[in-house]
Amino acid sequence: MLRDLFNKRRHYATLGKTVEREKVPTPDPVEKDIPKGLVEKCDACGNLIMGKELQKHAYTCPECNFHFRVDAYTRIALTLDEGSFVELNGDVTSTNPLGFPDYESKLEKAQKSTGLTEGAVTGEGTIDGVPVAIAVMDPRFIMGSMGSAVGEKLTRIMERATEVREPLILFTASGGARMQEGILSLMQMAKTSVALRRMHDEQVLFVTVITHPTTGGVSASFASLGDIIFAEPGAMFGFAGKRVIEQTIRQKLPDDFQTAEFNLKHGMVDKVVHRKQLRDALGVLVRIHSARGWADAE
Amino acid sequence: MPSELEFEKPLSELKNKIQELKGFMEKNGLDLSGEVRRLEEHLDELTEETYNHLSAWQRVQIARQPGRPTTLDYIKGVCTEFIELHGDRNFRDDPSIVGGVGLIDGKPVTIIGHQKGRDTKENIHRNFGMAHPEGYRKALRLMKQAEKFGRPVVMFIDTAGAYPGMSAEERGQSEAIARNLLEMAGLRVPTISFVTGEGGSGGALGLGITDRVYVLQYAWYSVIAPESAAAILWKDSTQASRAAEVMRITGPDLVELGIADELIPEPKGGAQKDPAAMVATVREKIIESLRELAKKPIDELLTERYDKYRDMGEYVER
Repeated sequence: MLRDLFNKRRHYATLGKTVEREKVPTPDPVEKDIPKGLVEKCDACGNLIMGKELQKHAYTCPECNFHFRVDAYTRIALTLDEGSFVELNGDVTSTNPLGFPDYESKLEKAQKSTGLTEGAVTGEGTIDGVPVAIAVMDPRFIMGSMGSAVGEKLTRIMERATEVREPLILFTASGGARMQEGILSLMQMAKTSVALRRMHDEQVLFVTVITHPTTGGVSASFASLGDIIFAEPGAMFGFAGKRVIEQTIRQKLPDDFQTAEFNLKHGMVDKVVHRKQLRDALGVLVRIHSARGWADAE
Repeated sequence: MPSELEFEKPLSELKNKIQELKGFMEKNGLDLSGEVRRLEEHLDELTEETYNHLSAWQRVQIARQPGRPTTLDYIKGVCTEFIELHGDRNFRDDPSIVGGVGLIDGKPVTIIGHQKGRDTKENIHRNFGMAHPEGYRKALRLMKQAEKFGRPVVMFIDTAGAYPGMSAEERGQSEAIARNLLEMAGLRVPTISFVTGEGGSGGALGLGITDRVYVLQYAWYSVIAPESAAAILWKDSTQASRAAEVMRITGPDLVELGIADELIPEPKGGAQKDPAAMVATVREKIIESLRELAKKPIDELLTERYDKYRDMGEYVER
């Protein structure tokens, strides 16, 4: 049913703006929508959902398809074969290279509230038995911002994937570069890009999955460099923040601006995939890319 | 006449006073040369004092002075021959980024850079040096062309940032910058860049992964403009000077942090005070740098480029 819904939209999109498009709500840029309790209320439609029910629907609203935010480990559980995940470089953490005021306390607070050491979790596991490398940015950790530690962890997993020639699946969620590390955080865009260059040269598959929200420096580097780019419905994906753009051009932007669907229409992502289908879609990709080529046929 | 900054006012006032005094002397046939000499000595001291103790924010203001040489000025000054090339072969020609091919000291180069305007009219045409995706794609086209013909690439960085507008988003501002990062990482010719004024975040980096990065004395380069940082940190964009200090965005900071390879000295008070001298300094550096890089086998250069960016950042393992 859901697949029909997407197909339908694709046809509609060519007809122009006057046709009512299926809308998947975009989450608010706040942290409150990560479900924890017994009963959760959908931010978009107000529907009350039992925790178990929500889990069954991969943390999406069964009524309106709103995608709740999920933390890094839940994302890994939703993606990899059960029990296959091995975390790598979990001990890489931030320092305060510029002596930026209040940065340490901000880090401590983020570590306490998320239980994570940094804004990205990386490691290896399998999807349908096929070995993959995985990296997940956690939007709760200082807005999922990329500082030196996140950059180092992502670079190491890229290097690892290149070395053992396994596909890397990277879930992005980030407000951009981490301001508190100044120019060093900007250079994490350069650092991950040189690592990706080698990965490309070695013909190792790199898949990015854009989750809400992916903006700024992360959007303008590895998020946009996947061989294949999936996006979750409603996820914001863009370079500049909506408010900044509105201030620049002094006009109101359309509601769907920078959503996954907007990006699909403008050719910036390959496919918008509902979270419930994501694991299967990734499975298909890694199978296609690990299949033996025609020259190898017996 | 280059516009004058607030902190430079005492200098120009003193300069005017000396001029007046000289005029008065001539007109009335009086000898006040002792007084003039005393004032001129004072002016020299004050000039030293002012420019040797610039705050980060004062440097930012100098970096934004409209009288500074722009990319096209550098091109004109360093090349004996040059032809500007236009367009990304996809959508349009973005006047915010210029580029082309030329000869420096008889040797071929590709030059690419952000282009700001001198006056309001030109700035509107140049979109204040804030490029759209097609600007970055034009730059990429010229880089790949340089690679094909084996000539080095020289880039001039001077932008407040990539343009944050609706059309830019629709055409993939993120993708355009990201693609350049990936391609610059592997470009099989020597590359050098100069941060000549403003190094505004991703919009600057989009031309900035190079074998050598040179930063002019009063240029700045940051993950976010000081005004925007202040707006986020203290909800007050007037605190920009405070943000400029804590973010460590000045030329000397960049060299110390290992982001830039070398600080290029500017004429006293900034490039806008003596554009010709600035261009000449940059020309010398280009020649020296490209001669040195040309001696290295390209694979060695690529390994060094990788290692340089691979090592950027500070973290701990605990």
